[in-house]
Amino acid sequence: MSHVLAKDLLVEFPIYGTQSRSFRHTFLRAATGGRLARDAGERVVVRALNGVNFEFYEGDRVGIMGHNGSGKTTLLRVLAGAYEPVAGSIVVDGRIASMLSITLGMDMEATGFENIFLRATIMGLKPKQVAPLADDICEFSELGDYIHMPMRTYSSGMSMRLAFAISTSIAADIILMDEWLSAGDASFSEKAQSRLTRLVDQAKILVLASHDEQLIRRSCNKILQLDHGDLVKFAAL
Amino acid sequence: MGYRNHLALAVKDFKDGVSSIYVWPMLGWLEIKQRYRRSVLGPFWLTISTGALIGGMGPLYGRLFGLDISTYFPYLAISFIVWFLIANMVNDACTVFISAEGFIKQIKLPLTVYILRMVWKNLIIFAHNLVIVFLVLLFWPPAIDWHVLLIPLGVLFIAINGIWIGICLGLLCARFRDIPQIVSSLVQVAFFLTPVMWKPDMLGRHQWAAAWNPFYHFLEVVRAPLVGAATNWFSWALVLGITVIGYTAAFLLFARFRVRIAYWV
Repeated sequence: MSHVLAKDLLVEFPIYGTQSRSFRHTFLRAATGGRLARDAGERVVVRALNGVNFEFYEGDRVGIMGHNGSGKTTLLRVLAGAYEPVAGSIVVDGRIASMLSITLGMDMEATGFENIFLRATIMGLKPKQVAPLADDICEFSELGDYIHMPMRTYSSGMSMRLAFAISTSIAADIILMDEWLSAGDASFSEKAQSRLTRLVDQAKILVLASHDEQLIRRSCNKILQLDHGDLVKFAAL
Repeated sequence: MGYRNHLALAVKDFKDGVSSIYVWPMLGWLEIKQRYRRSVLGPFWLTISTGALIGGMGPLYGRLFGLDISTYFPYLAISFIVWFLIANMVNDACTVFISAEGFIKQIKLPLTVYILRMVWKNLIIFAHNLVIVFLVLLFWPPAIDWHVLLIPLGVLFIAINGIWIGICLGLLCARFRDIPQIVSSLVQVAFFLTPVMWKPDMLGRHQWAAAWNPFYHFLEVVRAPLVGAATNWFSWALVLGITVIGYTAAFLLFARFRVRIAYWV
């Protein structure tokens, strides 16, 4: 049973090394970004999420919207488990696939084939589990013999194809995405979209942050709107 | 959340980290490979550069100290290699979390993984340097007895201590970015103050200066059996004591500040 429950989620980033005194007067009315505030120790902090409550259930396709710095990425990272909230709580049940940085763990000097193992290990797979996926990844990425060349010889499109193929090869209960992933030229892109859609359809919960309202209307059934770290709207579409 | 809970989570991080046996050895190796990619000799450059240093310093300092080269040279070779292991781990401990920023902010891996990666990397370097010790000992074979069996245990304890140092320094350095500079200066000074190149008995009646130096005892547990010195059980006791105290401090710090690390890096 996949499920996400967030209660009074508060995330604050401490800001070190700034002359807090001099910008005390200017930070109050920023147009973008989380709220600048002070914590108990009088340090300047950016309050990226300000007591957010929500619950996601199986079947939810949640689109996160909000302007730059409204807390979308921070919320995704909290869901991914990278940041633990300063206050409040978050409980995530289910295997998470974070598509926030699909090249994480890859090494430009290693070959494409080696990178399949590097990236998949970072994603939590054992070498034994990666081996059966490797053929499919090689084939899908259409890199041919380039798969045995160092990744620095790849064009950026080729690197993205490989990263995309690896990251979308592992099924998960909960998928986190910061903007809809895409990779490659027109023909590859089409293939990539159907692969990603299949993965998303198999997942029980999707959380997608985007600026693109059309995309969210197309692929989500709920919308979660953030503004300056506050949850202003969470409703079915 | 109560403190007990924080401590349980810190212990869980540690356990999960240690059992991620596919992740940290891979990351540790990768760091070495990245450094020597496309060079013909690869990591054996480590062996060569350490060998050149010892080859140059050995005869010089043997002469300066007026010592017999056949005993001084092996002593220096072993001292240097063990010192490098200790000093590199202390220096690298400062950046375990800072250098893993890209990982820490994106995915949930036990933070202990980044510490084990650092310790593993330094053990690999140590293994490459060990070639020199073997060569030197072939040339000047030491009188060995069963005490040599303590050597792997000594290396193991140095590595185990590298972990708590990694937790403590990694955490403090992520928060206070001046500490890495302080640590690297102190390590440099410690090199001269510790009997690496010289022997404690050269101090005459000031031998207490070596006896009070914890680095000396960590060197001794590996070095003594190879240079024909008697095993100093006091060194072993001190190493064990430091291990216990170190881990206690590390877990207290880790329990209190583990969740803050992602915000600090």
